[in-house]
Amino acid sequence: MNNKKSSPWKSIQIGLAVLLGLFIYAYGFDVTKVDLQELRSERRQESLTRVTRTLAQPDIIGYEQEQVIVNAPLYIPCPAADELSNLPKADNARTYLTIEPACANPGETVLVEGFNFPANAGGPIRFVPGNDPANIVELGRESITTDGDGHFTAPFLIPERTSNAPQYIRVTISENIGAPHFTQNAKDTWDKIIETVFMALLATTAGTFLAFPISFLAARNLMKSVRSPLTSAALSVLGWPIGMGLGYYIVNGIGRFSIPLSDNLAVSLVSVILVPIACWFGFRWALPQEEISVPSSSKRLARILVLFVVILLAFYGFFQLAGLASSLSLSMEKGMGAFGFLAAFLYQVSDILRIITPALGALATGGALGSFLGQIGQRAAEKNPAERVKVINFVLGAVAGATVFGLIGWMLEWFYQIGRIEYTFWGPILTGAGLGLLLAGFTKPKDTLPTGMLIYSITRTILNALRSVEALVMAIVFVIAVGIGPFAGMMALGLHTIVSLAKLYSEQVESIMPGPLEAIQATGANRLQTIIYGVIPQIIPPYISYTMYRWDINVRMSTIIGFVGGGGIGFLLQQNINLLNYRAASTQMIAIAIVVASMDYISSVLREKYV
Amino acid sequence: MLQVKNLTKIYEGGVKALDNVSFEVPKGQFLAVIGLSGSGKSTLLRCINRLIDPTAGQILWDGEDITAASPEEMRRIRRKIGMVFQHFNLVHRSKVITNVLAGRLGYVNPAWSLLNRFPREDLEKAVKQLERVGIADKADHRADELSGGQQQRVGIARALMQDPNMILADEPVASLDPVLAHSIMKHLEEINKTDGVTVLCSLHFLDLVHRYADRVIALNQGQLVFEGHPRDIDDKKFKDIYGRDAERVG
Repeated sequence: MNNKKSSPWKSIQIGLAVLLGLFIYAYGFDVTKVDLQELRSERRQESLTRVTRTLAQPDIIGYEQEQVIVNAPLYIPCPAADELSNLPKADNARTYLTIEPACANPGETVLVEGFNFPANAGGPIRFVPGNDPANIVELGRESITTDGDGHFTAPFLIPERTSNAPQYIRVTISENIGAPHFTQNAKDTWDKIIETVFMALLATTAGTFLAFPISFLAARNLMKSVRSPLTSAALSVLGWPIGMGLGYYIVNGIGRFSIPLSDNLAVSLVSVILVPIACWFGFRWALPQEEISVPSSSKRLARILVLFVVILLAFYGFFQLAGLASSLSLSMEKGMGAFGFLAAFLYQVSDILRIITPALGALATGGALGSFLGQIGQRAAEKNPAERVKVINFVLGAVAGATVFGLIGWMLEWFYQIGRIEYTFWGPILTGAGLGLLLAGFTKPKDTLPTGMLIYSITRTILNALRSVEALVMAIVFVIAVGIGPFAGMMALGLHTIVSLAKLYSEQVESIMPGPLEAIQATGANRLQTIIYGVIPQIIPPYISYTMYRWDINVRMSTIIGFVGGGGIGFLLQQNINLLNYRAASTQMIAIAIVVASMDYISSVLREKYV
Repeated sequence: MLQVKNLTKIYEGGVKALDNVSFEVPKGQFLAVIGLSGSGKSTLLRCINRLIDPTAGQILWDGEDITAASPEEMRRIRRKIGMVFQHFNLVHRSKVITNVLAGRLGYVNPAWSLLNRFPREDLEKAVKQLERVGIADKADHRADELSGGQQQRVGIARALMQDPNMILADEPVASLDPVLAHSIMKHLEEINKTDGVTVLCSLHFLDLVHRYADRVIALNQGQLVFEGHPRDIDDKKFKDIYGRDAERVG
């Protein structure tokens, strides 16, 4: 094809494209209301100048101030001659003002001269109306500056205020005394910036921990090879919810039994010491490090039982640990003085432990039952003849489909409160069962389904959906859940960190070298071992790098999350902007700039060093 | 005894990498697999330990059907088959000793791997294997600090950790210079002779085949075109294996 050939049609095309571009930008100008006229207007210029100048004088350092206030009397207009001499004479030994002449008509100018004022200081010179030197009302916008001897002369325009009695001209000069100190605003800013940095730290830590496992589920190269027969997949789909319910129920039961016991310090202390030891020996027996021969099935059963007991014991231990930590922290808090926050930390950690233990139990049991039933399904699909597997698949497919859709229906009912059982219970269950039957019908009995890719797609979808919600918006939801304050901001940032880091991490997992993975697999390692020995060593540097980058982002985000009530310095900044207190706001802006810049520097240094 | 029966592998997209390949390897034999790049050597070796699932055919090892093994049985089978790779496939950022210990993963309980713990006997064994391949002093170095020849020795030590009955070596010396190639091949030969480990080794250079192999099979476009003793490869066979335009050098 000859590119150089020009044709009228091509020229017209270019012309149209340019016109279209013009049109788009013109519309853009209109929509964004670009208006330089407004910028040029004097009113805007003046406020801009004022605000910029205020911003350039952040409210950080202040002095104790002493005000020297001197009033000098004068008549407006001039009275009879003898009354003038009634004016009190200034005391020449101290700070004093002279007014020349001592009486004038409105619109005339008098000369005010001051003596013995603080040297090189300034302040307003104003008219005090109404015959009372103590009157707090002052008129006028003039100001004066004293010279090195504390002396000044200034002309003063007499205002339209006439009276028979003397009125006053007042000079107020403020003098800084004592050493400079940080203003209250600076102290508040410091408190809040610390809050901000720690908010970012906690959010990043929590996010990193949770994003780490999720990132493997969202990595295509790891999930693609995960395939299982329908029998196994259906049984594991059944195992998860049943296991989670069962686990939650059992662990809560342990809690009900254990929490009252933990009020007794001796019991909880003994439990906390003995339980880990018992668990350790239990685990060592039930999970031998290496086994050359295949164990007998009775031995396997015994092991599973021991593991079960050990896990129950471990949960009992968790509750006792939480109880011990909270009773310790309660007794320590008073004795620790300034370090009381350590005891409070201990208490909160024990509370977190108490709350997450049942959830942990539910997850663990769900996972255990899911994978156990999955393995049974795997074996059933392998060992049985195809016709029998087909029948099993039909039954299990229907039940699993019904369960999944039943759960979805229950969720819909919770959200929308439809209240009609045929829509939220029977409908979903029948649909699910039907879809399960269809799937079982169309799958060859011994074929494997791409379960890994299914999990991958679901994880990715959830991650992408949540990632598109800004942390600022999430903070609004969390403010409703846990109240205004840094905790809400931390939760919002944490959630956003989980989803965005999980995505970034999983992309790193996808770009690792496949060779070592293959080699580890070839040694007979299972999936978990392949990840630990083949994947994790490869992804550590990018993970560290991304975590630091995310911390950086979180510090920046946490500076503004206070705008919606999420705590941190943003709260203060917004307040001061709304109060038109620009000098204070300027301090906060500087603080943000310093923190963000130093974070940037620190993370780049660390990255260079460790990555 | 390894028996490969009518093995066929068709990749997604229709590429036929292996076409009805059958052969047998008696226990303790050093078998060389030769053929052009893309002739299916790597696919063949990877089918034997099921890193690649064959499309059709059967692989029997001491009577056990590898192609029909469940994931759990596969784990037990794989841990007895060591594998050595052209690009060594070490985990670069891990220490040499960790790379060697990874050879035990088929034996170690996964729950203990979660804690990154190996039994003490394995640690001693790993040091012994490193001594055997002559790089015990590098145990605490990072794997990517080692030269190519040293990395391949780590790869061999990793395979030895498995107490293998068979080693699959996928062009183990193709990225090494001739001197290093011989030293690596000597290690494989020594393992083959002293431990009686069956070795399946794909090779490019015929002089290496002559020097080390007991028997040789040749693949061309996925088909078995030669099977026999290395010295039976005459000029005609050579052209069958490597194509009409190939010329013998060296």
